[in-house]
This record gives sequence, structure tokens and C-alpha cells, in this order.
Amino acid sequence: MSLVATTPATERPAFLGKIGAGHILLAAALIFYPAVANDFFLTQIGGYSLIFGMIGLSLMVLAGYGGMVSLAQITVAGIAGYAVAIFGLNNSGVHGFGWPWWIVAPFAMLLAAIVSALIGWVAVRTEGIYTIMITLAIATAAFYFAQQNYTIFNGFPGFNGLRAPEFWGVNWRDPVPFYYLCLGCAALAYAAVLYCSRSTFGLTLQAIRDNPRRMRAIGYHVTAHKVFAWFLSGLIAGLAGVLLIWFNGRVSPGTINVAAAINVLVIAVIGGLKHPIGPFLGAVVVVLMQTFAIDIVGAERFNTLIGLVFLMIVFVSPDGILGLWERLKPHLAQDSLRPGP
Amino acid sequence: MSLLEQPRTSVESTGFTRKQVWGLFWLLLAAVVAWLIFAVWPAWLNAVLISKKAFVSAVMNGLTLAGLYFLVASGFTLVFGLMRNVNLAHGSLYLLGAYIGYEVGARTGYWLLGVAAGFVVLAVVGVLMQVLVFRRLEGDDLRQTLVTIGISIVAADLMLAVWGGQTYQLATPEWLDGAVTLPVITAVRSNGASVFLTYPFYRLVVLAAAVVIGVGLWLMLNRTRVGMMIRAGVDDRAMLSASGVNVHAVFAIVFAVGAGLAGFAGVVGGSALSVAPGEDVRYLLASLVVVIVGGMGSITGAAIGALLIGLAEQIGLVYFPTYGVVLTFVIMVVTLAIRPQGIMGKAR
Repeated sequence: MSLVATTPATERPAFLGKIGAGHILLAAALIFYPAVANDFFLTQIGGYSLIFGMIGLSLMVLAGYGGMVSLAQITVAGIAGYAVAIFGLNNSGVHGFGWPWWIVAPFAMLLAAIVSALIGWVAVRTEGIYTIMITLAIATAAFYFAQQNYTIFNGFPGFNGLRAPEFWGVNWRDPVPFYYLCLGCAALAYAAVLYCSRSTFGLTLQAIRDNPRRMRAIGYHVTAHKVFAWFLSGLIAGLAGVLLIWFNGRVSPGTINVAAAINVLVIAVIGGLKHPIGPFLGAVVVVLMQTFAIDIVGAERFNTLIGLVFLMIVFVSPDGILGLWERLKPHLAQDSLRPGP
Repeated sequence: MSLLEQPRTSVESTGFTRKQVWGLFWLLLAAVVAWLIFAVWPAWLNAVLISKKAFVSAVMNGLTLAGLYFLVASGFTLVFGLMRNVNLAHGSLYLLGAYIGYEVGARTGYWLLGVAAGFVVLAVVGVLMQVLVFRRLEGDDLRQTLVTIGISIVAADLMLAVWGGQTYQLATPEWLDGAVTLPVITAVRSNGASVFLTYPFYRLVVLAAAVVIGVGLWLMLNRTRVGMMIRAGVDDRAMLSASGVNVHAVFAIVFAVGAGLAGFAGVVGGSALSVAPGEDVRYLLASLVVVIVGGMGSITGAAIGALLIGLAEQIGLVYFPTYGVVLTFVIMVVTLAIRPQGIMGKAR
């Protein structure tokens, strides 16, 4: 939002206030980040964090607004990735129908969203903690299925040699264009989520989260709202999945294994599930840890470190980094950040 | 749902009650299964189902696997039913039990000692988890679940550090080795001699152990005072606490039994199959699906779910190898669609 809206904001100062100073500062920092960062920091940290932030965001939509904690978000992203590999071009000699990217990418997103809606449709039949169990079962089953099945998913090796598209004379896999591509997509998804959360649908969803029985009594179709939330979150996860696969150049069962599924949850929980910015914060923290923990605890034990940090966050601050921030905020000058009524 | 089904149950016009119809159905099914296992198959059936040997072996393997799944899932379902605590570290408990059983068995030379150690050590670990972690987060389902995820991440990594990535095979004692001939004729040779099915003795022992433990659990839950408390706790925890029972002691017992059973299953399963990193996820998935299908908090449900999933997995492996997982998955989805609370689960 902040990215797109900075231009008209000069004509409408009221809008500027609505966006908030924090967003404008953040947007400026992110836009000028390539000026100070080298290629490694641009893609391995920047792009990667943005992609995983988006997958975390898709979880945040479900968990934060819908009260449904899903462990199948990486599966949804993986479905988009596999769709890109199967319907686009790959070097594995299996499938690769060679559709152009501007058909494959939206198609992959739509497919991911539909699958996400189906998963949601199964998951919303039960409530609360059951959702975690069912989505974890689905994610695990999807992983084993992708690993065993050679006719569709090419089994253990998966697909490699996937290329990001080149258009407008730009190779979008180059560090700077890829960073901006990720940033643009992430900003779009972030703005969409913020907008949706204040729309009628978003408010209804949050009301359903708080009291489904009452909403049903008033006459709202609770299941339909929840399934539609799954569809929207699937779109975001699918978009992130497409980017992830362009970034990695390959997709395999390892992309969607249980560790990856849990990683998404770790990102979202460490960042915080109360606001859409949380998953992006969490993604930066986790990606930085994954990259540099090797120097702290040795090459092999970084999962222990991440697990311990995760445990600490769950114990100390259930709302993640955002929750810590909320606790610190009264001590800072909070009035300057909040626009007047 | 039940209201809608009411008209269908009134089949008095045909002279059968609903119960009788179901009884007939199960009787018929049992007869078909018995015929499939004991009769000599006609050629067309062999053509459809590959061979009788393949089919009966798949069924036997499925039953053994079901026994193993039941051992793992019964602890999971008890803990969930009583404490509303989804222990996603349950697979890690299984794997840890297997490793401990291996270490003890390899060092002392007594396999049974390894089995006992797997149960006891994991029971202690379970109590520690309950006392140190879950008691602090009581009443907060989501955080408890997140904590178990964190524990499973750390546990998997530490186990990888200690035992490495290689596959271990637990050595079973001699009296458990070898194969037995079952009174099941798989084929008739041209000279008229019957070929009987042979099956590893150890796997039959696993199956028997699962049945014995299942019956034992059922007796404990339904015939003892502690079992009464546990069942009361499953139904209404607050009321149990109000009537003067030390709920935390009951929780600790259930956690000890659940984790101990997972450890026991780890040693037993590690001897039948093998032990390697990644098995924790496999058995966690199995427990999840078994408990979702069977119904949370029900031992009978866990047994039914384990049977369904174990058989589906092994039969799927023989008849459609690359789609085997899908069969498991379909069972789960169909159950959720028809009975969201699971086959034996109570609607809450």
C-alpha cells in the first residue's frame, strides 16, 4: 500500500495520515535497501525474507483474523510451485508443457487458492485445535505423496531448471529486479490484507473468530466466510510459492516437508499474529538466524537454536515480537506515532 | 444429523431393527474376510488381486502395523482426551524410545531390558514434560501445541546430533526370530501339495502385544479407580477437580502412560522395522490420522482407526504403490465429512 500510494498521497494529505508515518518510513527504507546491500543480502536475506514473510502472512490471515492455525501453508505454496514446474518449463524431462509465464503464474496461484479452499473446507468441519492436527496431517500426507508419486510430481528429485521469466528486457532472477519483484508482491499482499481486514468481509471474519455461534444465529454463513478466507490466503501463499520456485530454480518434496511447514508457523509466531507486519518481522529474524546461526552454534545445530528461540517466544511473549513491541510502547512516545482522530 | 437419520431407522416395515441390519452386515463381512483368507482362491480372483500370497501378506502386515499404530496413538488420544493437549512431540517420544531401546539392548545384550527401558525412561520424560511445561500453560491450547512443536524441533535436532543420520536395526533375541507357518493355504501346486503361508514370528508377537496392551488399557480405564477418574476427566475436568481428585496427579499418570507407550512402541517397532531420523514424523502423522479417524480420547476409536489406517497403508502399498498415501488421506477426509468428531468420538 505504502509503495503504491505515495504518489497520490501528495495530492491528498488526509490519505497520507491514513497510511501512517511508519509505513512511509518502512517503504522508503525497503526501496532504498538495494543501494546499501550487496547481492547476497539482497536475495538470500531480503528476497527470501519477503517470500517467507508472504507465506507467513497467508497463515496470519487465517490465524489472526480467522482463528484457524494452519500448518498446510507451505503445502499450498508448494502446489503453486509444482504447477509452475509442470505447466511451465523445467529441465527434468517430465511434463513441462511450456506455457508462458503470464498464464502459468496466475494459473498456479488460482490452483493453490482452490486447493487451499478445499483444505479449508475439510478443516473447518472441526474447530480450534483440531485445525492444526488436520492441516498437519494434510501437509505430511502431501509431502509423502509428492515423494512417492513419479507420474505427477516426479518423486524424490522433483523438478529443477525452473527459470524466472525475462520480460521488458529484464531478467527477473537478477538480484536487484528479483528483490523489487518480491517487494512489489509482498507490498501488494500486505496492502490487500490490511484492506481486507477493514472491509465488511474482514470484520465479519473476525467476528466469526470471536463468536461463531452468535454470528450463525444472526444469519451469517460461517463456513462460507471461513472457506473464502482460506481461498484468499491461498492466493497469497500461491504467489509466494511462485516466487519461491523462481528463486530456488527447483521444487522437490523437500520444499514442502514437515520441517518447512513448521518453519512457516515458527516465522508467523515469532513475528506475531496480531498484525500483518508480524510475519515479515518474523521472517527477517528467522532468515537471519538460519543464515548466521552457523557462525554461532556450528553448522549443524541451528535447528536447536531456532527451536529454543521459538520456545522462548511462546513462553515469554505469546504475541511474538509484535507483542514485545506492544509492551514496550507505553514507555515510548506513542502519541507521536498515532494520528489524531 | 441424528434428526435427519431418524426416518431411515424406522425400517419396521421390513421387520428388522437398525441393530439387526448392522449385525447382518458385520456377519456377512466377517464371512467374506474368512473366506478370502482360508479358501483356495479361484483363478479370476488371483488375477484381480495379483495373488493370494500378496493379499494375505498385505493384510497381515497391515494388522501388525495397526498394532504398532495403536500403541503410539493410544497414548496420544488419552493425553488429548484428558488434557486437550495436542502433543505434536509424540513422534519424537516414539523415536527417542527406539534409540534408548537400541542403546540399552546393544550394551546389555538383553532385548527385553531395552523394551523396559524404552517404556520407563519415556514415562519419566512424559511426567517431566507435564510438570515442567504443560502445567505452566494450562488452559491455553494453542500455546501448549506450539510448545510441543518447539520441543519436537529441538528433540529431532538433538537426536540427530547424538545418534547421527544412519539407520539402526534393533536385534531381537533368538526366541523371537524365525518364521511360523500359518494354516492359510496360498496356492495348490500341480502335484496337489498345498503351499502354506509363512510369516515372521516377531510380527505376530507385536500384534499380540498390541492386543494385550489394548485390552489392558481398556480394563484400566473401565475397571479401576484411576481409570474412572481419567474417564471423568475426559468428560468434565473442572467437575472432577471440584469433587476432590488431585487432577494434576491424574494428568501425570496419563502422560506417563501415554509417553511410556510411545517409547515402548518405539523399541518394538524399531525391532520390526528400523530406526532412523524422520520416523518421528511418520509416526506423528500416523497418530494424528488414527486419532482424527477414530475419535479423540477414545481407546476403542484408536483401535478402529489404527486398523483402518494400517490396513489401508499396507494394502495400498501392494495394489497402488504411488498412491498409497492418498488412500489414508481419503479415509481421513471421508470420516471428517461424515462424522467430524471421528468414528467413536463424542460430539462436544
